[in-house]
Order: sequence, then C-alpha cells, then structure tokens
Amino acid sequence: MTDRMHAAAEVPLAAGQGTLQSVLHPAGADAAVIGQFAWVLFGAGAVILLAVMALLLASLRRHARPLPARAWILGAGVAFPVVVLSALLVWSTWRSAELRPQTSNGAMALSVTARMWWWDVRYAGPGGGPEIAAANEIHIPVGQDVYVGLNSADVIHSLWVPALAGKRDTIPGRVTGLRLRADKPGIYRGQCAEYCGAQHARMALHVVALAQPDYDAWLARQARPAVQPADELALRGRAVFLEQRCQSCHTIRGVAESAQLGPDLTHVGSRMQIGAGTLINHRGTLAGWIADPQAIKPGVFMPPASGIDGASLRALAAYLEQLK
Amino acid sequence: MPSLTASAVRRPFAALTHHAVLPSVLACAFLLAACKEPGAQPGNAAPGGAATVQAGTALGDAATGKRLMAQYQCGACHAIPGVQGAGGGAGPSLEHMGSLSYIAGRIPNNGGNMVAWLRDPPALKPGTPMPALGLSEQEARHMAAYLRTLK
Repeated sequence: MTDRMHAAAEVPLAAGQGTLQSVLHPAGADAAVIGQFAWVLFGAGAVILLAVMALLLASLRRHARPLPARAWILGAGVAFPVVVLSALLVWSTWRSAELRPQTSNGAMALSVTARMWWWDVRYAGPGGGPEIAAANEIHIPVGQDVYVGLNSADVIHSLWVPALAGKRDTIPGRVTGLRLRADKPGIYRGQCAEYCGAQHARMALHVVALAQPDYDAWLARQARPAVQPADELALRGRAVFLEQRCQSCHTIRGVAESAQLGPDLTHVGSRMQIGAGTLINHRGTLAGWIADPQAIKPGVFMPPASGIDGASLRALAAYLEQLK
Repeated sequence: MPSLTASAVRRPFAALTHHAVLPSVLACAFLLAACKEPGAQPGNAAPGGAATVQAGTALGDAATGKRLMAQYQCGACHAIPGVQGAGGGAGPSLEHMGSLSYIAGRIPNNGGNMVAWLRDPPALKPGTPMPALGLSEQEARHMAAYLRTLK
C-alpha cells in the first residue's frame, strides 16, 4: 500500500475504535484484582480438569486394580473438594478485601444516568459553575479516584468498563455508585452489562483518562456554550436545527437549552462516536444517523428526519460536526 | 446473572460466582482480537489490471476500497454487500452499483465520475444529502474499484 493508505489509517476516524475492552488487560487497581481472580480460577479449574482426566485414563487401563469405595468417597469426594475449595475461598476472600470500598469520600464525583440506550454523563462545572452535560464518554483525570454516581431513567442497566473496575448495576429510583481509577492515560471501552431491551448490545461508552492538565483543559472547553459557526454551511445547519425542532429533545447550550430527553449536543463534535459507540463521528455518519436512526439502531426514541431536504441535512451534519 | 461488582467486599462469596462470566469475557476478548483492524497490506498497490475504464481512469484496489468503506462507515447510510455492519437506510443500497447506468440517478456511471462523486457529491448534484468527507483521490479510487465489483 502507499503512504497515503498508512496516513488513512491514522485519521481521527480510528478514534475510539480498537480501544481495549478487556478484563485481562487491567489498567486500574480493582481491575487488577479482578483480572487475577480470573486467572487463578481459570488455572485451578484447568488443573482439576487435568487431574480428573488422568484418573479417567488410569481407570481405563487393563488389569487396573479397583480402589476401595471408601477411599474414593473420603478422598475424592470429601478431602479433595474441602481442601481445594476452602483454599480458593480463603484466598479469594482475602484478595477481594483489597477491592477498594465504594465510597465517594476523597474522590472526584460525577454522575451517570443510564438510559435506553445511552449514557447521560454530568460533571460539576469548573469553579463551582453550572453542571456540564455530556454523553457516552466519561473523562477522568489519571491516577485520581473518581466516584461515578449511577442511576437509571428507565430500566436496570449495568456499567462495566472491564479494564478499570467491576460492574455496577444502575437501578431506577436508587442511586448506586462505582469508584474508578485509571493508572495510565488511555481510552477504555465499556458497555452496558445488563440486558436492557432491543439495543442493549449498542449501548457502549468510553472512559477517557487524561493527565490532570489535559483534563482541566477539556473540562473548561466543555463548560463553554456552543460557538457561533464560522462557515456558511454550518450557519445554515444551526438554522436547520431549530427549523426541524431538534431542540424538542436536544440541548445545545447557547442555542436552545430546555430539553433533556436526548443527549446534550453542545459539544457533540468533540466526541469520538455517536449512537453510544455505534458509529464513528463525522458529518457523514451524523447525516445518516439523523436521516434514519431506526435503520442503524432500531427502537431508539429518535424518529427519522422525514421531509428534510438533502442540502439541509448536509448543513445540519456539518454544523454538529464543528461543535467541538 | 450475578455481576461481579466491587461489592464483593461485602459479599465475599460473590467473588466465587464470577467464573460464570469468564466464558463471556474470553469470548469477548477473542472477538475483539478478531475484529482488530488489519494493517495496510503491502503488495496490492498495483492498480487493478482489468479495471481501466472509459474515462481512462485507473481504479485502485477493490480490497482496500472495501476496507476504507468500513473505516469511513459509509454503512451509516448505505447497505453495502461485503462491508461489515453496512446496513444504513438513509441512502440507496449499493448492492448493484457496479452494473447501474447512473450514479445518483443522473451521472453516467464510469470510474472517473465515481471518483469525482465520492470526493464531492454536492458539486455534481447540489441537492444531495451525501456530504463530502474529504476523501483523497487515492481513497476514492480504491472505493470506486470496490463499487465496480458489485454487479
């Protein structure tokens, strides 16, 4: 392939794709404990299986002397499970005590409301300013404990970012919480881990762990209202947003701020993906999503944009794309 | 299903139930590994031998074009046979794009026009909803080569 192709592989299109969602690559303290559980139980299970197979082979030999029944029952039926299972139980109980307590004490707090089928993420504004609404991406500073307050707007969901921590269910009418910490900068993919309806499989999110100065800069950018677009196409798109009554469900701070039904779009252009990890984010996918979200994610609450002409759709997509 | 949560502190036995999620975790890991974007493959750079078209445009490599279409997620609007996850309904299906007479119902379907169309649709048809995505000429050639194979 040409250099051009290599360049193509590095376009921001790839953002959020190919990020690791793996229990076996922990990037946080709790995830490390859970990953170790996985390996130990996996290993112990494998050893037991091999031992059983060895006994089976031994039993199939010709002229094998049968063992007395009592030895079987006391040895393989009582002593073996008691010793092995007790050892695993004691070890895992001791080790799980190292999982950090789920408390918001001493942690930076943010809130996530799970909805069918996306994640509504809210941050305290910098310097005690108004809260900042985002969607499907949780930005956190590296090396800092973050307490994610969780609730649900509809059914039970579950937040799971395997590389960072265990799962935590979100329960309607109740606030739960999950303590996260990322030890190194990176993008960690997560997903809903509790079946929640038709699009459960397309309810993903990303945790973006940034160095503290980068995080502060990011938060300051998110706190600003939407900028007035510079180019003509995007300016037309802003008008289309209002003409099409998108503000019935979506807020863009500085344009229309009353709706809470759908994701806040003030900085939608800065996100890696749209549709909760369903599509990458550029004007093409934005246009496709707006024109017919039901074809991409059947059952979502957003209706297809019927009766919008092609040029207006393009303008709207261009406007959203530049809301960085 | 019992989820392994950090509440294992208060429910120590819960830690023992989590081998139930291991298979799915492993399946997940394997699936993710299987989905890894393959690197750009060398050796296919030669323009398709038989793919010189009326306009005298040498098209690119169909396999690369297919990969690029997945990467740009053209499937957000188009159903494209052979491209993973391409099932969008906003635009027309590209199932027989290689044997259609016209692009967008009005532009003669040849290699040169297809490359121009992919790079800047509104320039050829102002009312189209299809945006210009800033494709390079080379990227558009690869994609056009793949579309020609869809007979």
